[in-house]
Amino acid sequence: MSDKVYEEIQNTQLDEIFSKPYDPELAEKLYNPQKPMENRITDIGPPHYAQFFPPVIKKNYGKWVSHEIIQPGVIKYKSETGDVVYAVRVGCARLVTTDYIREVCEIADKYCDGYVRWTTRNNIEFHVTDEEKLRALLDDLKGRKFPNGSYKFPVGGTGASVTNIVHTQGWVHCHTPAIDASGVVKAVMDELFDYFGSHKLPAQVRIALACCLNMCGAVHCSDIAILGIHRKPPLVEDDRLQHVCEIPLVVAACPLGAIKPATVEIDGEKKKTVRVNKERCMFCGNCYTMCPAMPLADGEGDGIAILVGGKISNRISPPKFSKLVIPFIPNEPPRWPTTVKWIKKILETYAQHARKYERLGEWAERIGWERFFELCEIPFTEKSIDDYRLAYDTYRTSLHFKFTSHVEPM
Amino acid sequence: MADIKKHDTPMVDELKGGPWPSFVDDIYSYAEKHQKQACFDLMGQLELSYKHKETHWKHGGIVGVFGYGGGVIGRYSDQQDKFPAIWAFHTVRVNQPASKWYHSSALRKLCEMWDHRGSGMLNTHGSTGDLVLLGTVTEQLEPIFFDLTHQMNMDLGGSGSNLRTPSCCVGKARCEWSCIDTQALCYDLTMTYQDELHRPAFPYKFKFKISGCPNDCVAAIARADLSIIGTWIDDIRIDQEAVRAYVGGELKPNAGAHSDRDWGPFDIQKEVIDLCPTQCMHWDEKEKKLYINNKECNRCMHCINVMPEALRPGTDTGATILMGAKAPILDGAQLSTVIVPFMRLEPPYDNLKELIEKTWDFWMENGKNRERLGELIQRIGLNRFIVDVLGLKPIPQHVREPRSNPYVFWKEEEVEGGWDRDVAEFRKRHPA
Ligand code: HEM
Ligand code: HEM
Ligand code: HEM
Ligand code: HEM
Ligand code: SF4
Ligand code: SF4
Ligand code: SF4
Ligand code: SF4
Repeated sequence: MSDKVYEEIQNTQLDEIFSKPYDPELAEKLYNPQKPMENRITDIGPPHYAQFFPPVIKKNYGKWVSHEIIQPGVIKYKSETGDVVYAVRVGCARLVTTDYIREVCEIADKYCDGYVRWTTRNNIEFHVTDEEKLRALLDDLKGRKFPNGSYKFPVGGTGASVTNIVHTQGWVHCHTPAIDASGVVKAVMDELFDYFGSHKLPAQVRIALACCLNMCGAVHCSDIAILGIHRKPPLVEDDRLQHVCEIPLVVAACPLGAIKPATVEIDGEKKKTVRVNKERCMFCGNCYTMCPAMPLADGEGDGIAILVGGKISNRISPPKFSKLVIPFIPNEPPRWPTTVKWIKKILETYAQHARKYERLGEWAERIGWERFFELCEIPFTEKSIDDYRLAYDTYRTSLHFKFTSHVEPM
Repeated sequence: MADIKKHDTPMVDELKGGPWPSFVDDIYSYAEKHQKQACFDLMGQLELSYKHKETHWKHGGIVGVFGYGGGVIGRYSDQQDKFPAIWAFHTVRVNQPASKWYHSSALRKLCEMWDHRGSGMLNTHGSTGDLVLLGTVTEQLEPIFFDLTHQMNMDLGGSGSNLRTPSCCVGKARCEWSCIDTQALCYDLTMTYQDELHRPAFPYKFKFKISGCPNDCVAAIARADLSIIGTWIDDIRIDQEAVRAYVGGELKPNAGAHSDRDWGPFDIQKEVIDLCPTQCMHWDEKEKKLYINNKECNRCMHCINVMPEALRPGTDTGATILMGAKAPILDGAQLSTVIVPFMRLEPPYDNLKELIEKTWDFWMENGKNRERLGELIQRIGLNRFIVDVLGLKPIPQHVREPRSNPYVFWKEEEVEGGWDRDVAEFRKRHPA
């Protein structure tokens, strides 16, 4: 470890600015629309991380020697100084209100000197240094529920569990989604709840959701990926297009060259617009990203694709992409029962058959994807045979396959 | 206060039940308590989306704060009559502190500001890492920015064709495996490249992500144009005493990660030695001793994950630098590819910054509009990128395997005598 870094961390104190009350009128006094540069502060970057380290984290920075998950959701870390810290991981909906954050603050103040952190997968972690506080904290968390009974702070997400679902905005905020995000996540996690707070899977299972092919959620390397897809080519609003889009950019945006410039006559007036070669379209939505006059969304056309077997970590086998096993499930708000059913089926088939430490994709590769489809009872369709770029990489060019129920001797 | 209009949301209400934290219950509780029309309207519009199975947000408009080219995502409802409180509903990306630790004093103040100036709803956190304040109107953007910078010493994150907000794992703050100071590096890069973060000048977006070890908890290898993943170049540290404790069943394998199922007694041969991808380990049953042929280890972390009390990464640490991951749009997704197998990372990280700036210079000059670095590398060839652009030595670590076609683009200067030949001379040797 760099001593310089350690020293900097020790010397960083909690910024006093946070203990000064919020002044709701200050901004209007400082900001002058006529002179926008007046009083403007820019490029200060994020607050220094170390001011938010609890004392035990600060002191033991770089000195941790080992850890143990003493129960699902609780990791005990030991330092070479003899100190220990218990991290308590709880699930969080990601889409939350300030009242919820204030409740997090209240818990943090009560047990953790006010300190708290979020993980990469939208979980919250509380830290305590003794077992008594730990028990009190766990009890307290268990009792906190929303009015209709869901847990505010379910403990889990460690070890061989299903941890929180990384996801995107969906119908709550984005303009391009094929599916909702928060609602699907809620429906799936309700059904898999038991796996969040326990360690009974062969290895960790990471689920991610992205509501369109842009994949802000970067789901492509997840054990189970829920992906929103469109299936209808873009509409073209001829009368509006030239006013809201740069036609050359729209044409260039299509990865398949399916868009051509065109001219039409509307009420005797010539209008510049585009034409889409619908057979070529792969419904990626790039055109809509460039041009609001080319919407794709459609209640019947849109839905969910399920991809499985991806991973990020380098553990045992290299990182892998998720593979398309179910090409389409219709949108079924509010609880997406077919999607939930398939995810549970895949998860539990994996749990039943995989070896200890084996990730979903490693299991599928060991038994062969043909066996995976058979065991999970997922109908195999031609949609799972790649016909995009680099498709050849996935063709079977050996005799190393198994005779599963798919094979009908000719 | 003006009259609050509530909407019937029978489908959305079905998400109030069940054990997982309900965003609907949270938002409605907040809406009732604070009488926030935006929250009622958002739920109303979501109900409409559940009915139509289509989004009701319009294509965003360009909004932001003076002098910055990113950090705000513009959003407008297409149901302005029905849901006037969310007719404009922009998000503000607040640059998170590295690895997302907070103190309640900071969060409470941010909450007060957001109650006052926005919807009171937020995302903890966006997939890039920012704290995302969800939903406000254009007139509030400057005041929010002034509040953040003047009253909270906080700043906006990135969006658009610029450097996106860097993010990192918890690192040495709490993880014994971290081979680098993830937060320090994340903070340093964020501060060094503020201009690149706030003022788009790139062909497209660019992301840094930093993980402390090959477990890669922030998914750097899949999500970042520049992935920095901690590793070690010396030997795995072994505590033989603790290894014996695992073998004897006194310590729980994988730190207790498998505690709720009976997998039988721990079997070091089956669970560690045989699963080692390089087959570089040996357990001597007689000696009760674990041997690792570290020269052959590819640092996959499996044995360390299984026996954290006994094994630790080495002490000569640094990072592997990879480049080029991107999501599937347009040409298909890519994982990052190894560029520098091992780089020591000490402040001020000049070696890394030199590499970054060389890469940016080339990308800014040669990248097409909306071409990610990974696509550019493919277009010009990884070999040219490594050798001609970065001036690095090509080594076998750069590829999984050598190419299997012989179609090498030899350069004229590499071929003895060059390409200019005299046909007449040729024909003297080989009459037609
Ligand atoms: C259903 C299919 C897929 C899903 C659900 C999915 C999901 C994701 C998710 C959740 C992320 C993380 C984003 C974040 O949290 O910041 C991601 C990133 C990424 N995915 Fe995928 N992914 C899918 C397919 C693919 C494919 C097929 C590839 C490549 C062939 C791919 C390559 C990548 C890359 C390179 C990133 C990093 C993206 C970036 O930062 O630009 N993904 N994916
Ligand atoms: C060409 C590809 C992409 C396009 C066109 C795109 C576009 C968008 C749009 C329109 C939004 C706004 C959503 C809203 O209304 O709040 C958004 C949000 C976001 N995107 Fe992307 N995106 C792309 C790929 C990605 C990838 C690959 C990642 C991460 C690896 C990413 C990370 C984010 C994040 C963090 C947000 C903030 C909201 C959230 O976390 O859900 N985006 N993106
Ligand atoms: C027992 C060994 C492991 C320990 C102690 C461990 C520790 C951690 C820690 C401390 C975090 C929070 C990091 C952060 O958000 O900055 C985390 C998150 C994560 N780790 Fe690991 N990790 C282990 C093994 C793995 C492995 C083997 C993988 C991948 C196969 C992995 C993938 C992840 C992912 C995807 C996250 C994000 C999840 C979240 O934040 O809730 N981890 N891990
Ligand atoms: C280093 C590059 C290569 C060289 C120098 C090379 C050379 C040759 C030669 C001299 C033959 C025998 C021709 C004859 O019988 O007259 C041959 C046959 C063949 N090569 Fe290649 N080859 C190369 C790469 C490849 C590659 C990359 C492929 C395919 C991926 C390939 C596929 C074949 C096939 C299918 C045959 C016919 C084999 C047979 O009929 O038994 N070769 N090659
Ligand atoms: S994944 Fe697509 S629909 Fe979802 S938030 Fe990102 S851009 Fe919007
Ligand atoms: S959806 Fe994609 S493939 Fe189809 S026209 Fe638009 S850009 Fe082209
Ligand atoms: S990436 Fe490695 S160092 Fe970072 S938190 Fe995960 S296990 Fe620890
Ligand atoms: S880290 Fe992986 S490759 Fe190295 S010895 Fe351990 S199991 Fe084998």
